[in-house]
Amino acid sequence: MTSRGYRPRRLSVTGYVARGAERRFQVAGLLRHQINKVFPWHFSFFWGELALYSFVVLLGSGIVLTLFFVPSLDQVTYQGSYAPTYGLEASRAWVSTMQISVDVHGGLFLRQLHHWAALVFLAAIMLHMARIFFTGAYRAPREINWFLGVVMLVVAIFEGYLGYSMLDDLLSGTGVRIFSGIVLSVPVIGTWVHWMIFQSPFPGEIYVERFFIAHVLLLPGILLALIALHLAVVWYQKHTHFKGPRAREGNVVGNRTLPVFAMHSVAALLGTLGVLGLLAGTAQINPIFHWGPYTPAQVSNGSQPDWYALWLIGSLKLFPPADLSVGGRYTVPGGFWSGVLVPVVLILLLFAWPLIDRLRDSDRELHNVLDRPRDDPGRTAIGAMALTLFGVLTLAGTDDISATVFSILLEALRWTERAAVFVLPPLVFVVTRRLCRRLQRSDRDALAGGIATGLVDQPVEGAYRSVQQPFVGVDPEGGEHAPEYDGARVPKTPTPQRPGGGS
Amino acid sequence: MSEDGSTPPERELDRMDVHELGRLGARLDDVEIVDDAPRHEPGSREERRAYRRVAAWFVLTALGAVGFVLVFVLWPWQYTSEGPEQTLRAWFTPMLGITFAISVLSLAVGIVTWSKIITPEDVAVQQRHDGPSPPVAQRTLAARVVELVDQTGLGRSKLLRRTVLAACTAVAGVLTVTVLGTLVRDPWSEGPYSPLLTTGWRSPDGERTYLRVDTGDPHSVTLLRPEDVAAGGMLTVFPFRESMRGDPEALAEMLRAADVPVVIVRFFPGTPVVERVGQEDFHLDGLYAYSKICTHMGCPASLFEQTTLRILCPCHQTEFQANEYARPVFGPGARPLPQLPLRVDERGYLYAPHDFIEPIGPGFWSRDPRG
Repeated sequence: MTSRGYRPRRLSVTGYVARGAERRFQVAGLLRHQINKVFPWHFSFFWGELALYSFVVLLGSGIVLTLFFVPSLDQVTYQGSYAPTYGLEASRAWVSTMQISVDVHGGLFLRQLHHWAALVFLAAIMLHMARIFFTGAYRAPREINWFLGVVMLVVAIFEGYLGYSMLDDLLSGTGVRIFSGIVLSVPVIGTWVHWMIFQSPFPGEIYVERFFIAHVLLLPGILLALIALHLAVVWYQKHTHFKGPRAREGNVVGNRTLPVFAMHSVAALLGTLGVLGLLAGTAQINPIFHWGPYTPAQVSNGSQPDWYALWLIGSLKLFPPADLSVGGRYTVPGGFWSGVLVPVVLILLLFAWPLIDRLRDSDRELHNVLDRPRDDPGRTAIGAMALTLFGVLTLAGTDDISATVFSILLEALRWTERAAVFVLPPLVFVVTRRLCRRLQRSDRDALAGGIATGLVDQPVEGAYRSVQQPFVGVDPEGGEHAPEYDGARVPKTPTPQRPGGGS
Repeated sequence: MSEDGSTPPERELDRMDVHELGRLGARLDDVEIVDDAPRHEPGSREERRAYRRVAAWFVLTALGAVGFVLVFVLWPWQYTSEGPEQTLRAWFTPMLGITFAISVLSLAVGIVTWSKIITPEDVAVQQRHDGPSPPVAQRTLAARVVELVDQTGLGRSKLLRRTVLAACTAVAGVLTVTVLGTLVRDPWSEGPYSPLLTTGWRSPDGERTYLRVDTGDPHSVTLLRPEDVAAGGMLTVFPFRESMRGDPEALAEMLRAADVPVVIVRFFPGTPVVERVGQEDFHLDGLYAYSKICTHMGCPASLFEQTTLRILCPCHQTEFQANEYARPVFGPGARPLPQLPLRVDERGYLYAPHDFIEPIGPGFWSRDPRG
């Protein structure tokens, strides 16, 4: 730092480029404003970043995979170097995926990177959504990003499903078979929609091509556009933050774009890539060489979809047989309720949550400061209830495996799960609400009475009493009264005091 | 310089150093810097140590990258199912992952360390500007919109409003038909022979449809005799007609068709059996043939439990009672597996005299609910 004045140097390359850009686009003020923009930080803000960076990995690895994958159901004979399936008749989709897995240098690594990134992508979206929900970040003025987020979740589920369904291995073919059954179950238009997708009864000859183009072009394009919009809205509306020493409704406390926020973002991208790379190398995923090619007459016991589709399978499994006859002439198959109605209703409820939330209270304020989950026991309890339902359905999706592994009678397990769908969510609602209120009381008690130090004091009267460390000195007015709860975390462990340091 | 963030005169800028100008820029952006103190005394030993620590991570990044490239280029990777090299080759992908992770993760850790021990903490507070635009912006915009409605005539002519709306709807309809119209296929173009209602077991010209076993070679034909089916066991069979012989395409096709797989079971003599009304003569002694395609979601119901005589679908675990016309007794499936009638010809081979008498597989809207 010099004490003399500073002027940009005239003769440097940077200066030359900067002046050129400035003359054409007037960038100085704009750019300075963006690199000075302040971003708050909390560990839970990472989930959204994780979703974004997994998507980046998906795009990158996916582009390379398209150079090898052949989306075709034409039957050929497998003649690659994997001996156990040598000579099998299979589709070119399966054979080319085998080629990527076995005969392309580094192909298996890339395929597993892509699949792991997809699993993490969906997990990150759901964690991010849970964070947004439990902290009330979806409230005004940010409802639009909640809506965009739910749409992206649905697109991402389809995107992932299409991705592993177009390989035409025994597992994914079974998944497509179930998809076909769900489509057929839709009243009135089901058969017509099925013929629009498959052109024929299942499997037909074209669905792999169509899944492929939807998977590599249509849905990624939609996701890319929605992600851009999502981020633009965050950037424009500014990020929410938790209440803290300086954090208020009217400001943002954190790090500026440069250097710290950008460094952390780049590190998060690299961290995501590194961990996914480690998984891709060391944790086997979707080994289609073990599944073998699809044939409609075969299926493996314990066939399971990717984890994010398990709740749908759980719904299909738990719903009782309920074919409905309409006027003795038409049928609504039971699969319609469990395969279409249940997911559509659940996703619509999720989508509409910011609107439903408005029915709970008359809060119409703009909110930039986040709630802690305990601050709104009703909302937290509803969220916990929804997650419980999701969890029960997901576990039900895997119950044939758990029945085998834990030697439980499948029929008993199934009935237990059916009961759990109705019993557990309300139970979790009640328990969570109580827990939140109890935590609120604990915060208020600490603020009013101080923190228990664990020390015991015996005054001259003789009785014992526990020593509390009161909250003092935080009041700017200099008053001695206890502070009010304002949404910031209340410390529960005593801080060591300087010897002889007053109270 | 004024407190409200307005620009100081250029003469004053001339006297300011880099730090002061940075602060000024932040203030102009409504940012107050709380803490951007340097982490170390410039030139101090602590600072040099911090540089070395971060540099060490970047060196590790480079080493990991070199390791990755060496593994990629030199490690034997081609698949082999046996031999002493098998284990070594099986380690190719894990070694790729490990070196990849070392390289990329050390770069990530290096950057985070850099931000923690070299760059200032850079705690800053920025003012938000929530809430509505200034009144002048709101009013001028609203006025302009009202003016536009008037100027275009939309405000005055109901005819114009309605025809514009109708025209837009019409174009939207044209575009929808353009896109979706190409995709529409009529599932009922074959009338009563629609693939929703019939299967490959239907013989188009009265030719006998035999029961064929999949031997693994899609072009070979092995027919089934009643004595080939063991009691208490289950066998999957496919349709075969003599006209397919010598037609490898048709032979392979039948093994891949989704509506034809049939399971055939034989009960031990004396097993109590409940026949479905109207299908009492479909079985052949103890032999019963059912569609393998689950009536719930269409998975092949592949498991047979001998002790309970139940056929189980591995996808959603619907259980069909094989000795009671395969009616569902547990799980989400609602309808019995359709039964295929069986006969035996003069040479002793099993054949199906006609197709299933009801649609197989998952239900659909126009499926007759009575059967």
